[in-house]
Amino acid sequence: MSAIETRETAAPFRRFILRNFRLGIAFVITFVLLGITASLNERFFTPPVITSTANQSMTLVFAGMAQTSVVITGGIDLSVGPIISMSNSLASATFLEGDDGLNIILVVVLVLAVGALAGLINGLIVVYGRLQPIIVTLATSSVYSGIALFLRPRPGGYVPRIYGDLLTRRVGQLLPSDFFGAEPSGIMAFLNNFFDYIPASLIFLIIVLVVVWIPFRRSRLGMWVYAVGSNEGAAYMSGVNVRLAKVAAYVMGGLFAAIGGLFLTAQTLSGDATTGAVFTLQSIAIVVLGGTSLFGGSGGVAGTIAGAVALRLIPTILFFARVNPLQQPLWEGAVILLAVTAGASRIFTVRSRLDTMR
Amino acid sequence: MAQQGAERVPILEARLVSKRFGNTIALNEATLICQPGSIHALVGENGAGKSTLIKIVAGVVTPDSGTIKIEGRESTIHSPADAARQGIVPVFQELSLFPDLTVAENIAISNPPRNRLGLVSRSELRRQTEKICAELGFEHLDPNALISEIPLAQRQLVEIAKALAHNPRLLILDEGTSALSVQDVDLVFQVIRRMRDQGRSVIFISHRMSEVKEIADTLTIFRDGQDVGSFPMGAVSNEEMVQLMIGRKLEQVFPPKPAVAEPRTPMLEVDNLSWEPALHNISLRVGKGEIVGLGGLDGQGQGELLFALFGVLRGVQGNVRVDGRDVRILSPAVATSDSIRMAFIPEDRKTEGLILPMSVGDNAVLAVIDRLLNQFGLVDRQKERDAVQKMVEQMQVKLSSERAPVRSLSGGNQQKVVMGKWLLTDAKIYLLHDPTRGIDVGTKQEIYQLMRQLADNGAAILFFSTELSELVGMCDRVLVLYEGRIFRELSGETINEEDIVSAALGLNAAVQH
Amino acid sequence: MASNMETTRGFSLRRWFNGLERQDRSVLISYTMIILLIIFGTIFITPNFASPTFLTQQLRLASFLGIIAAGQMAVILTGNIDLSIPWTLNLSAVIATSIAAGENERLLLGVAAGLGIGLIVGLVNGIGVAYLRIPSMVLTLGVNAVLKGITVVYTGSAPQFQQTPDVLSRAATDVLFGFVSVAVLIWGLVSLVHYLVLSRSGLGRKTYAVGNNEIASYLSGVKTPRVLIMVFVMSGVLNALAGLLLAGNAGRSFNEMGEPFLLPAIAAVVVGGTSILGGSGKYLGTIAGVIIIRLLDGALNIVQVAPAAKDVTFGLVILAMLFLYGRGERVRE
Repeated sequence: MSAIETRETAAPFRRFILRNFRLGIAFVITFVLLGITASLNERFFTPPVITSTANQSMTLVFAGMAQTSVVITGGIDLSVGPIISMSNSLASATFLEGDDGLNIILVVVLVLAVGALAGLINGLIVVYGRLQPIIVTLATSSVYSGIALFLRPRPGGYVPRIYGDLLTRRVGQLLPSDFFGAEPSGIMAFLNNFFDYIPASLIFLIIVLVVVWIPFRRSRLGMWVYAVGSNEGAAYMSGVNVRLAKVAAYVMGGLFAAIGGLFLTAQTLSGDATTGAVFTLQSIAIVVLGGTSLFGGSGGVAGTIAGAVALRLIPTILFFARVNPLQQPLWEGAVILLAVTAGASRIFTVRSRLDTMR
Repeated sequence: MAQQGAERVPILEARLVSKRFGNTIALNEATLICQPGSIHALVGENGAGKSTLIKIVAGVVTPDSGTIKIEGRESTIHSPADAARQGIVPVFQELSLFPDLTVAENIAISNPPRNRLGLVSRSELRRQTEKICAELGFEHLDPNALISEIPLAQRQLVEIAKALAHNPRLLILDEGTSALSVQDVDLVFQVIRRMRDQGRSVIFISHRMSEVKEIADTLTIFRDGQDVGSFPMGAVSNEEMVQLMIGRKLEQVFPPKPAVAEPRTPMLEVDNLSWEPALHNISLRVGKGEIVGLGGLDGQGQGELLFALFGVLRGVQGNVRVDGRDVRILSPAVATSDSIRMAFIPEDRKTEGLILPMSVGDNAVLAVIDRLLNQFGLVDRQKERDAVQKMVEQMQVKLSSERAPVRSLSGGNQQKVVMGKWLLTDAKIYLLHDPTRGIDVGTKQEIYQLMRQLADNGAAILFFSTELSELVGMCDRVLVLYEGRIFRELSGETINEEDIVSAALGLNAAVQH
Repeated sequence: MASNMETTRGFSLRRWFNGLERQDRSVLISYTMIILLIIFGTIFITPNFASPTFLTQQLRLASFLGIIAAGQMAVILTGNIDLSIPWTLNLSAVIATSIAAGENERLLLGVAAGLGIGLIVGLVNGIGVAYLRIPSMVLTLGVNAVLKGITVVYTGSAPQFQQTPDVLSRAATDVLFGFVSVAVLIWGLVSLVHYLVLSRSGLGRKTYAVGNNEIASYLSGVKTPRVLIMVFVMSGVLNALAGLLLAGNAGRSFNEMGEPFLLPAIAAVVVGGTSILGGSGKYLGTIAGVIIIRLLDGALNIVQVAPAAKDVTFGLVILAMLFLYGRGERVRE
């Protein structure tokens, strides 16, 4: 009955391009921005600048991943920012001064558990309360902000130096100075040099991807999450546990937001119950920049990482281009608006006007 | 006739199954017995009950009464998943695939292969899919292609492969080959013949009679919610089959057609209208006071044609004239404007025709709200009440209150509200998409009367119906569509059920004029 | 069942309540909530809670949110959302106050410019949603970001121009006869017009129709794009108006003045019984929602609970109200 859009089966390369078109745009944008940044700042490819760029992007990356997990099901999570705040506040309230060992591990585990619990609550209310995600997470975001404020009424708190260093410095700085030998030469010298360029935060991201995201994405549950976002009715007909898949997506969202909060804590070395708030809207912008459809079913972390880095680079470029700092928000806004409008191109391929309304 | 299977236990035995939807009886004590190792075709008009029975067997719909036995054991089927567990897997016409997932993921969605870590094993998934596709002869399916990347025909093959991956004892293909090329149909036929040879069974529903004749070994004909006969294939001729499908109808009274008089003034003229790939070079005329029927089986482009005329589709080619003037109708708002005055009764009154949660009154005045304003630009309550009152009286809508949500009305009364909405606009051209589907006989009569009355008052009516008797009883001319073209035009004496059915099935391909 | 037994005993409150339309039920619940809040506040917080002075003050403060929520409600009725509230409001206020430059004579010009901004923003949002079919959530988010940029560029580092003229300040803060705030009068006027538009005009009818079923509306000849554009224009203009009053209230316009209003505005609309999916909700409910949000805030301010408890309470109340209304919606699914 409805107009059927079909694409001819394409050659592998053509198909790869078509399939990753939006993702490709995200990467092109990011690399162009990286290029501009590098050309404006001759010190860009030095270890400190690379590391600070990575660090400044990292909370955005995790916020974006949190939002992506939920958006894949076709939902939305407005509590990403408050969960980041809550995690940051919780960490800063539970780190013990003078205990730089076991306590740090316990705090990290606690924060992750609380984040996942927050996501679980979101998911359970959405699924079993049959309420709209946008309004449920609007309400819970208020609750989570409140808890954050309760944990940390005033900015401050103690964060162990070593915790911050572990996540935000360069790998080279974390290794003992004679790790590659006192007078490294040959391959050792190269490695010594190489690790001096690698931000610890990048290693942290890779660990999170390997330990959390990839197992989830590659599990049956992960497959179901995409299936539910792609066609919920078909998912039910095919014997997919729709409820479980949806709840799982929100739990992942909470978990990633908590990871973001942990990183933010390492970066700022203090707690502040309001710092997370900005990340909610930014996470949505990142998802869109990263080429993930807000209607669900597609997208992933690759685009999200690119989107987060792009969003972070804009102010850097404007700074080095000596653009009046006052114009920064305008340019940032323009890029975001452009990104969301680009997604509208599908309107020109739809052949039945009813299809744009369904 | 079918004694050879007497000693075997039927794979499916559905006896005296009934199902009502509101006032409509979809199935009335229908029986279907499907032997192991057979390919069993179901044929019948649209709405004869085939699909409802299939949905019951597949666990999508719960029957009101009747018994179902699977391999001799009495059984209730709670859900599609439950049906699959009991060995029954359907392939429906509406695709139930995930456009963003790969072919392999779609096929294995409920239980993908996993490696030692408990993760979905991509290599195993690919291997498994390739194995299934190779067994079926679907080698041209690429396991790693996304569903959104492959053409509709291949999607249908995926759907079939997905069903067969459950290793069903009974496979149901409900128009499951409608989009396939000849070669692919052959592939599917090989597969289901192999199933038959292994002692498994297939229920096959298709609008292509040639396919039914080629593949099926048993044939059950449905009419008016009942089975009216089961035969081995070849035991009945085309003519007998058509007769059985039509049968003797419930006495339906249609208003008398006016004697064909002088040539009518054309009201709606369409030349070479195309909307690829669904419509090809459609040309037609509807005169003032004329009811022109659109016939043919479901999905031959009739719905698209009405949408195209009403301004819903983009990229429509061809010329349209209304009352002698060339017009370009780019939206329903244009179609309903004072200079064109079209009305459109859509196929699905619940999602396209009515706003279910809103009141009868709100629905009735939706198309004319701008004509009911007072000097302050607000809706004049008196004018509104009068309009609603007029509609309710003219259409004889039975309701508790005009403020009641239109959802609370019966199907027939809902449809009256849809029609009444357009009566208030004084439309000159009516596009009707199966306006009597699923409503009771009494209301049908009223709608027929109303249609003839509108025509007598000078309206031009283009009337798509899936019910043969309506086309015969109501239309001054009938255009039968087949695969997006006007296959045959019938008028006067040639408007009869036999000719319409054979044209709809694509038989007797002699195109007149 | 249980209700059958009650019927035999004559009038049953529960049966009457269950017989109400969902929309009316929500309105009833929300006004009951207001009364409960006042009773609760009087008993447990301060006897002054029900005093005219306190309530007048709360109503005056509610009027700013009320004007914003009116526009947001129209947008939500169509099944969309307007996240560009904060900086539409902000930019309008900044432009208006700087054009007026503190002088009453120039105020009219400033107000016209401010409202003009709201109109333009509404048009941009509406066209993007109606014709380009960009999801309103991301479009208005992007527009909000751009507006922020424009505002920051425009204000630069010269906040001295942003003192509000005396007349504007008085419009936002004056209380007539001891209990009628001018701001409340403005809110009342806006509400009257809004009520008439939503419930009595052709546009209003079409707004509900589009929100419930855009396809059926479109197929009935309703110019659905025009309806979508109009609700976003309403929202833009009302945000601008609220921005002007907020500037008057503070005596000046300043950056980030709109941020605290986005979520409460959405919450007020939802707490007032409007479905976030669109198509159902009464403007009377939205007024109640605004008052609930305001009283809750006022009550929690008096007891000087930690802001923490305030946020938590706020969230829990929204959830509780959602569950109260949700009962009806589940039947539909």
